Amino acid sequence: MSKHNVSTVDPKKASRRKFLKGMAAGAAAAALPVKALAQGSSGFMTYGSWEEYFQKNFQEMTPEEVKATLKRLEEKYTKQYGKKVTVKATPPMENVLFGYALDLSRCIGCRRCVYACVKENNQSRRDPQIHYIHVLRFENGEMEFEKSERYYNPEKVPEEGHYYMPVQCQHCRKAPCVKACPVRATWTEDDGIVVVDYNWCIGCRYCMAACPYEGRAFNWLDPKLPPEELNPDTHYLGNRPRMRGVVEKCTFCIQRTREGRYPACVEACPVGARKFGNLLDPESEIRYILENHRVFRLKEDLLTEPKFYYFFG
Amino acid sequence: MKRRWVLVAALVCLFARPGLRAAGAEEEVFAVPPPPLSEDYYPCAENCHNDQETDPTPRVLEEEHTDIKLHHAEQFRWCLDCHDADNRDKLHLQSGEKIDFSESYRLCGQCHGAKYRDWKKGIHGKRTGYWNGKKQYLLCANCHNPHNPRFQPLKPEPPPKVPGSGTLKSHAKGKHLKEQTHDGGEEK
Ligand code: HEC
Ligand code: HEC
Ligand code: HEC
Repeated sequence: MSKHNVSTVDPKKASRRKFLKGMAAGAAAAALPVKALAQGSSGFMTYGSWEEYFQKNFQEMTPEEVKATLKRLEEKYTKQYGKKVTVKATPPMENVLFGYALDLSRCIGCRRCVYACVKENNQSRRDPQIHYIHVLRFENGEMEFEKSERYYNPEKVPEEGHYYMPVQCQHCRKAPCVKACPVRATWTEDDGIVVVDYNWCIGCRYCMAACPYEGRAFNWLDPKLPPEELNPDTHYLGNRPRMRGVVEKCTFCIQRTREGRYPACVEACPVGARKFGNLLDPESEIRYILENHRVFRLKEDLLTEPKFYYFFG
Repeated sequence: MKRRWVLVAALVCLFARPGLRAAGAEEEVFAVPPPPLSEDYYPCAENCHNDQETDPTPRVLEEEHTDIKLHHAEQFRWCLDCHDADNRDKLHLQSGEKIDFSESYRLCGQCHGAKYRDWKKGIHGKRTGYWNGKKQYLLCANCHNPHNPRFQPLKPEPPPKVPGSGTLKSHAKGKHLKEQTHDGGEEK
């Protein structure tokens, strides 16, 4: 097992995390002013309406408030993108805890997953270009992230003497990003998905600093999403359009998986390296992998306990 | 809801299994996409293989199927080990049982038992559909050309834009956020 550990603990990092935790308590109490300050005078511009600007944290909304919020957002996006957009808030299913496994002996580094994800999840296409999945290329036998390469671009993959490791949000059981957020704009849902309330995010990016997997991305500018490319089937906590100044990340395609479908990356993978399912169901493919293959997780020594596993099938 | 589904599944297993056995079919049938056959060929019997004589000698094909070069344990094998001589629209198993192209996984499974087992569980190959319900299986032939089964290399999609920092390094070292953006550093 330990030979798979890919990095060592950074003591500086641990203490920094504690520091952030201390700050969090104070800042949360003053959530609204923090948000207003952070957004500056452009805040209203970004949000479009008073209701949206002063909207509650999603976790604290009553069912009526959720309904009204979804309706308002649907109208806004429909107008903004010139086509009918739906915004769901499908809740977690009972007795479901999502897990993911990736077969490194299959992956060929073709990046089909990267772009299927962008398309499904309505990421900004450029300026900023936002990808939830980073495919890292390693030389055979190498395990150090420092020595990986993500800008490889040969005629054909796989390349002799290399293997590829896609990395995205690991949906940690002990998610450092969730602890780092001073305003509780990011949290873990009952089905194990780590989500962000974009309307509550203040853009401080503490979560990004806390994440050891580079699982989060930030909208430095207004996202560029051509209306004809917008996927109109959205979830509040997932692929609805984002705004400048907020953090976003992989949600296991919450808009799909909460309806029983597979994440877009799973369906796009031409080699079938990506496996997904319910960790609580002994009959699921994910459980079969955990029970029949040697699996490992990234940076296990950081004790983040990802629900994202890697194996050699 | 879930429990009821499990119950139904259990009942189906209990009652359906003996029925299947009685019909002589040990194998389950899996939902698959249409086999990736080209219209030039299929249906083979109707298009070409109607009144031709069958020549079972392994040889270099010089008139038809010149594009097919067996590269799959070819020392031991010829077309008719897999394709059925009497009905070209079928494959056949070792036992002589004729099967449709939509069941070609059973043919492959005869020699690649471990892969076939993993495939059925959804570990080797790929399933689409519902993680908690109906699934469709890609055929082995969707990914492996039966005549030359090594997975063919692909052109990769473009790399991410504008190298800022090349690896996860900057994180591990706890450097400033600015260096971690991989979108071209628009923050300037
Ligand atoms: C290992 C078993 C095997 C052998 C040996 C084999 N085939 Fe096939 N062949 C298949 C399978 C399985 C398919 C169906 C693939 C699919 O589903 O598209 C197929 C498909 C074909 C097709 C249809 C291809 C298309 O594009 O529609 C032709 C023609 C063909 N085989 C000819 C041959 C010839 C000629 C030989 C001998 C030189 C041969 N095969 C040897 C298994 C075999
Ligand atoms: C009669 C036994 C037999 C059958 C049937 C058979 N194979 Fe094979 N296969 C072999 C043997 C032996 C090898 C290893 C020798 C070689 O690579 O040529 C092999 C190799 C392979 C490889 C590895 C190739 C490589 O170069 O890495 C794949 C993939 C494969 N088979 C897929 C299939 C598929 C798909 C089918 C069904 C269409 C199938 N096989 C049917 C015997 C069989
Ligand atoms: C989603 C695509 C996909 C499907 C479906 C699929 N395979 Fe594969 N298979 C692969 C890939 C990718 C590899 C690794 C290729 C390589 O290394 O050349 C592989 C490798 C293999 C190998 C070589 C041994 C190994 O572990 O590398 C065999 C044998 C094989 N597959 C048989 C099968 C059989 C039999 C089926 C159907 C029951 C099947 N495959 C279905 C993608 C697939």
